[in-house]
Amino acid sequence: MARHVSEDPFRGLALPTSANRPAGAPHRAATVAFDHVTKRYGRRDDGPTAVDDLSFFVPAGATCVLVGPSGCGKTTSLKMVNRLIEPTQGRILIDGQDISTQDPTRLRRGIGYVIQQVGLFPHQTIAENVAVVPRLLGWSARRRRDRVEELLRLVGLEPGQHMNRYPADLSGGERQRVGVARALAADPPLLLMDEPFGAVDPIVRARLQDELLRLQRELGKTILFVTHDIDEAIKMGDLVAVMRQGGTLAQFATPAELLTQPASDFVARFVGADRALKRLTLRRVAELPLEPAPIVGLGESMGAVRARSGGRTPRWLLLVDRQRLPVGWVDGSTLPDAAAVDAAAAIRPSPLLGRETTLRDALSLLLDAAVRAGIVVDEAGRPVGLATIDAITALLHEQNDLTDGRDDPDAAPGPPDVTAGPTASGSRDDGDAPRGGRSPRAPRG
Amino acid sequence: MPSEPLIRWPWVTAHLDEIGAALGQHLFLTVIAVAAGLAISAALALLAHRYRRAEAPITWLAGVVYTIPSLALFVLLIPVTGLSTLTSEIGLVGYTLLILIRNILAGLDGVPRDVLEAADAMGLTRRQRLFQVELPLALPIVMAGIRIATVTTIGLVTVTALIGQGGLGQLMLAGFINLFPTEIYVGALLSIALAVVVDAGLLLLQRALTPWARGGGGRR
Ligand SMILES: Nc1ncnc2c1ncn2[C@@H]1O[C@H](COP(=O)(O)OP(=O)(O)OP(=O)(O)O)[C@@H](O)[C@H]1O
Ligand SMILES: [Mg+2]
Repeated sequence: MARHVSEDPFRGLALPTSANRPAGAPHRAATVAFDHVTKRYGRRDDGPTAVDDLSFFVPAGATCVLVGPSGCGKTTSLKMVNRLIEPTQGRILIDGQDISTQDPTRLRRGIGYVIQQVGLFPHQTIAENVAVVPRLLGWSARRRRDRVEELLRLVGLEPGQHMNRYPADLSGGERQRVGVARALAADPPLLLMDEPFGAVDPIVRARLQDELLRLQRELGKTILFVTHDIDEAIKMGDLVAVMRQGGTLAQFATPAELLTQPASDFVARFVGADRALKRLTLRRVAELPLEPAPIVGLGESMGAVRARSGGRTPRWLLLVDRQRLPVGWVDGSTLPDAAAVDAAAAIRPSPLLGRETTLRDALSLLLDAAVRAGIVVDEAGRPVGLATIDAITALLHEQNDLTDGRDDPDAAPGPPDVTAGPTASGSRDDGDAPRGGRSPRAPRG
Repeated sequence: MPSEPLIRWPWVTAHLDEIGAALGQHLFLTVIAVAAGLAISAALALLAHRYRRAEAPITWLAGVVYTIPSLALFVLLIPVTGLSTLTSEIGLVGYTLLILIRNILAGLDGVPRDVLEAADAMGLTRRQRLFQVELPLALPIVMAGIRIATVTTIGLVTVTALIGQGGLGQLMLAGFINLFPTEIYVGALLSIALAVVVDAGLLLLQRALTPWARGGGGRR
């Protein structure tokens, strides 16, 4: 490995993945090093410079996000890693090996690749699509089949339902899941993802992001992830490489560092004026103090509920069905003791939040739905508590105070009172949190 | 001959063997022409696909052949290959080239870029990409070309009656010479029926070969 990249220049950075990975979890991950990589297009390399002297190091198991404005060379950088594009100068090393000396075909079979347009083979079934690389590698039909089923489950698709369908029969989100499954098929130590969730709607995108994060915790792959969305970069990355026009590296840092110490005006502007709000992306619902959810079962009588809660029955009760899945909210104060609670009395439930949902997403879901509390559910979809806007904003204050160097114990989140229930509160325009961070306001502090 | 009917059925039943033989020869000439045309077109189209600079001369040549009036082409070939099956096949094959080459190229060009990129990125070799991805995806348009070429050829085979071949064309020609409408109509109607049936068969084949191209997706 080259001298100047053999040592991890970012040793000092705290890398969440390595910390979060369960001890002993099997993983196969590669390191990636860009060593003064330059790409000029044009017949004689005399065209415009797409990537300019790019050097950085991605440790094994980390997700590194390349982010920057359109045309700054992100895709070019990514495609040089699997040699779809050859660098004009410099070298790229995977696990310390210069890739220019490797057979491109073999190299590519060991690197997962996911693109925005997915690029599934329309004439092959989902099972065949997922098994492309295993087939190229000569796996037996039996082993391929088992792997396909395993992978489809992993990405949240029911194998029996999807294996024999064609890509044209799937939704955009489903196709993208298949794309991820296909990239993972031969268990490559490195994944390249170019705006993988760029073509799906924001709600599906958030879900796919969450799923990739969950997958990544299980798999511990090294991922190079391209996006032009700084929010996505902050959410997905252990490391973020901010690139700017002309293909230069503006900053290479952890998301937290990017938000607290942007290296230049360009980075500060790109990250956006709402950096404090963005820091909510780095935190999860699991970190919030949850309210207990006042649960009432289908068919239970109000009298029983009142007796259970010892006279301190909150007005709004969360109705769950026989599987204990949330149905909606019931206004208990309108029901006499004898009344059995049924589904007809319920109004629609608040947004459902996973424990892994980022606080940023949780906040915007709550503001969008104009409710004070979201229902936090476990993997099976059963409520485990309520996450309130108050609890989120308390955390926001807390971190802002930390940034400002002040210590304000009063801002610590106490148990907020939700007896007022989940009904609409606050004005809708609160929901319009700044996105994209291109607001002209100067960054603060 | 006002009393002469369009088709004299007794003649038809008496000459079923002859009619069947003409039909068989018609089909035979067509199948050979389209098969040979497809083989030559595939080779030329793949050449043009691989080496883009070859595309213009290849399509130009096929275009030139296509513009020669069919009868003229057969007549031009007689001094070289005589009044033979070969003569008619050369002509028939020649006329399929333009359609088939164009459709194969259009089919290959129509493969989405992202699919090609994914194929490369997963480590398919060039050959694997061609045979496992590009050609299968080109198939609906190639099949559309084969259908047009086949129907065109079925029509052209009748013309080759003038150089002693011609399948059902022989019947029609004999009908003209003998002023016997039955032969003309039997030849004409059977060649139309042949075209319709073969076209429908090819359409079914195309559907069976491309189950992934649903609805109108596979037709063009
Ligand atoms: N094949 C090519 N030939 C010439 N120039 C190219 C080629 N591909 C990309 N470029 C140029 O190189 C620069 C970087 O392109 P690249 O696709 O890497 O950008 P990007 O950061 O991925 O942009 P986007 O966010 O829009 O996808 C752009 O100015 C682009 O116009
Ligand atoms: Mg790009």
